[in-house]
Formats: sequence, C-alpha cells, structure tokens
Amino acid sequence: MIIQDGIPTKEDLAAVMPSAERLAKGPVAITECFQNIACNPCTKACVKHAISMEPDMNATPKVDTDVCNGCGACIARCPGLAIFVVDMTYSEKTALVKIPFEFIPVPEEGKLVCGLNRAGEEQGWFRVVKVVSGGKKNMTYVISLEVPKELAMEVRNIRVGGYRNG
Amino acid sequence: MIRDVEVMVIGGGPAGLCAAQAAASAGTHVLLCERDYVPGGQLVKQTHKFFGSERQYAGDRGIFIGKKLVQEVMEDPNIEVLTEATVLGMYEDGIVTVLKDEKHLKFRPKKTIVATGAAEKFLTFPNNDLPGIYGAGAVQTLMNVAGVKPAERVVMVGAGNIGLIVSYQLLQAGVNVVSLVEAAPKIGGFLVHAAKLRRAGVPIRTGYTVKEAYGNGKLEGVVICQLDEKWQQIPGTEEDIPCDTLCLAVGLTPLSELCWQAGCHMEFIRELSGHVPITDENLMTSVDGLYAAGDVSGIEEASSAMVEGRLAGYAVAVSLGYDVEKSQAEADAARAELKELRSGPMGGKIRAGLEKVAQKRGDAV
Repeated sequence: MIIQDGIPTKEDLAAVMPSAERLAKGPVAITECFQNIACNPCTKACVKHAISMEPDMNATPKVDTDVCNGCGACIARCPGLAIFVVDMTYSEKTALVKIPFEFIPVPEEGKLVCGLNRAGEEQGWFRVVKVVSGGKKNMTYVISLEVPKELAMEVRNIRVGGYRNG
Repeated sequence: MIRDVEVMVIGGGPAGLCAAQAAASAGTHVLLCERDYVPGGQLVKQTHKFFGSERQYAGDRGIFIGKKLVQEVMEDPNIEVLTEATVLGMYEDGIVTVLKDEKHLKFRPKKTIVATGAAEKFLTFPNNDLPGIYGAGAVQTLMNVAGVKPAERVVMVGAGNIGLIVSYQLLQAGVNVVSLVEAAPKIGGFLVHAAKLRRAGVPIRTGYTVKEAYGNGKLEGVVICQLDEKWQQIPGTEEDIPCDTLCLAVGLTPLSELCWQAGCHMEFIRELSGHVPITDENLMTSVDGLYAAGDVSGIEEASSAMVEGRLAGYAVAVSLGYDVEKSQAEADAARAELKELRSGPMGGKIRAGLEKVAQKRGDAV
C-alpha cells in the first residue's frame, strides 16, 4: 500500500486511469495524486482548465479527459511531481511517456536511458525523444520517453546517469 | 539606553518575514531580529516546490520564496532588520534584550511577534553520539546552503515530510540513500514525496526503528529492527545496514523559551508537538501585546507559518490603529486561508491541537 511503502496499488491507479477509449485517442495527463492535501497549482497550470478540484484545494485533482490534450504543461507545475502524460498512439508498438525529472545530469535527446517503475525497478532501456526545461524558476525538466506500449503504465522514472548512445 | 520600537518581530523565517511585511505594509515601523547572519529561516535550504495555493506561493521553490520575502523585507523602508542579533530575554516590564556585535541592546517594543520556529527532536538508541549521526536539518544545510556533499551512504529515520524531502534532496546531491525507516505503521508525510522517492529506488520501511548504531570512532552502520503494534522491538528482525551517515527526521518541537520567559500561559499540547503559548484568534498570547506565529505555537507546514505571520502582522497593525479597516480585512482573509489549509485530512492533527488551545484559553478566562 502506498501509505506503507510509497508504491500506489493497482486500485489506486485504476481510480485515476483514463479510459481505454480515451487512451486510444492520443496523449492525456494522468494525475497519480492519491491523498487529500492542500495543494492546487495543477488547476492553474492548465490553460484549458482540464484539471479541477471540488469542493476545494484539499481534494485530489480530476482531469477532464475530453478537454485534456496531453500538452504536459501541468507536469512540471505539480509540486509533488505526480503528473505524467501517456500517448498510446505514438507508434504502432510504442507509447510516449512524459515524466518530471529533477536530477543531473539531464539526459540528451536521442540517448538511451534506463527506465524505472514505481518501485524503482529497472524496466529496460528507452530512447529519450524530447527534453524540455521548466525554466530558471521552475527547474523541473519534462523528459519524453519512447517505451513499448505494454510498459507505458509502468515506466515512471529513469535512473540517473549512465546514459547510453542509441 | 533603552530604545523604543513600535513592533518587534523575533525570528526572520517564513512567519517572521511575513509578519514584518504585513505590519509594515499597514504603516507600522518594524524591527526584525534574526540570530543567523541572513534572514530566511529554513526557507534558505528548501529547494523543493511548495504546496498550498497561489496565495502561499504554491509551485515555487522554498529558496525562491525565501529570497523574494527577504528582498522585499530588506527594501521596505518601514522595516529595520538586525541580523546576527540574538534575543536573549523578555522581561515583565516589556523590555526585550538582544545580543548584537557583542553588545547587550535593550528595546521597549509596543508590540512583539515571536516567530522563533522550532528545533529538531532526537532519538534515543545505543551509540547515538557517534560522529555521522545528524539531524536531517543539519544535513540539508550542509548540502543546500554550504554546497557540501554530506555523505556517501545514508539511512534516514522518519517518513514525515522532512525525512522524505531531505532523502530526495540527498539523492539529488548524488548521495546513496540506502533505506528510509519509520517507526509508525504509516508514512506520515505527503504520499507524493514518498512515491517519488520509491520510484527512485529508495526502500521505505514502515514499522521499523533504529536498534543501535555502531562504528569505531565514527558511524559505520546501523542495526534496524521491526516494531510490533505496541511499538516494541521484535527480536529476530534485526538487519544490519552499513552506512556512513544516519539522518534523524523524527519531528520538531516549538522553540518557545522566550514565551515561557515572558510569562505566557503555556500548555503541553501533543498535537502541536510540545509546549506552546496559548493564543487567541489574532495569535496574541496571554501576555498583552505579545503574539506568536509559525512553528513556535505549533509545528506545521511553512505555508501555514507564512499565513500565520501575516495574520499576526495585520492584527498588530489593527491594535496600533494603522489602516484599521484594510488591516482587519487582511487579518480575516489570513484566518480564512488558514482554515482552508487545515481543512483536509492532513490538517486533522493541527485542528485537534488548536481545539485544545481554544479549550485551554476558555479554561483560563
């Protein structure tokens, strides 16, 4: 259980997972935020107002997946680094996973990185498609990784350093 | 020589800075005393992003919030800042004494806001005096203020927000955090912090404690063991973890000595993590004109400390007759913000503590 070991359960994840139909349509944000804490920057991050909290900022975020286009602007804005974007339409066999990243060295685009799951276990080596800096003040990078579709809901981090040429 | 001051703020952390700023914005003249060489309090090392809402600078990193507040306070013509100025005592005739440049200064403030913050608690176990055993705050200062890599292999004790956040920052500094142990059966801090630590590969062991530390002249490892539901060590569950540093993040306790000395009505309130001054809805203690804001009146997040500071600052402005209508409205707004910040499940403990404060205040009247 996440409250004991920090790893969200299948049930936790099922509650925030977009529908299969929505995932088949293209990129969408997934908020892996399971606790009622007083926090709401994600609701301000989205220009399309796709993320809401009711009745107040102590609620967990809800993504309107009809409005969300998976732009990922919310990823670096979440103080808990709990928002990810998954694009199951990236290619026939692969999905694109966007993750927040706050370590150095920052991997370069085109390199291979070792992907980790929510327990920090290695999932394989994946190509870095894009690296976006959050800027001088935000400082959180968003890394886009190309992963096999079956690992799109597993890979949520990368191992720091030791990046390989692809 | 005794110098008269209008408002004295003791402590330049998040609560003190916001208190000074609020009181000064209404027109009062503020003297802020900070014992460190630079104001900012714990904000100067908080490299993570803050939670809360825009009003509490949510999404901004603590270091930048600190820089912004310090700069605004330093530039404010109504605020005078004394750094490396330690407040030594508060006396019954209202005199506050301060040590500054090896001189013993005396002030007579009309109103005083105590924002002295908190100190880290320690843990009892064999060999807990070995070099290499630190409070998490010290390690965070070494890393994030002094730029020193404090360790190679760390065991962290405590899964509250400080333990979780400092563990993450150790990873960012390139330190191996080999284990995080927490005596309680549950993670006490934000689960988003725990999750990002876990997916970076740090095992979080709830229901575990440090049985003993060992090492020849310096820490070489710790033995952890499991606890039963009565918090008793379970024999046979010991595990030996080699490490060069053990970090203790086992809670904070209010630094309320000045309030004791000033003669404030003090009570031990478990939910607020120690002895705290009993305050009213304006954060005034039982001593007329003496206010307490931030962790000194109960351990909470820095976001709440900033809002409490603002509340105390505006309340002081009202009591001194400065811009009364606006200051009153600002104080009311701060109260509403605090209510919202504390209204969720994570605010349960602080709400229970504040209920006890209200009760003790009622008993005393």
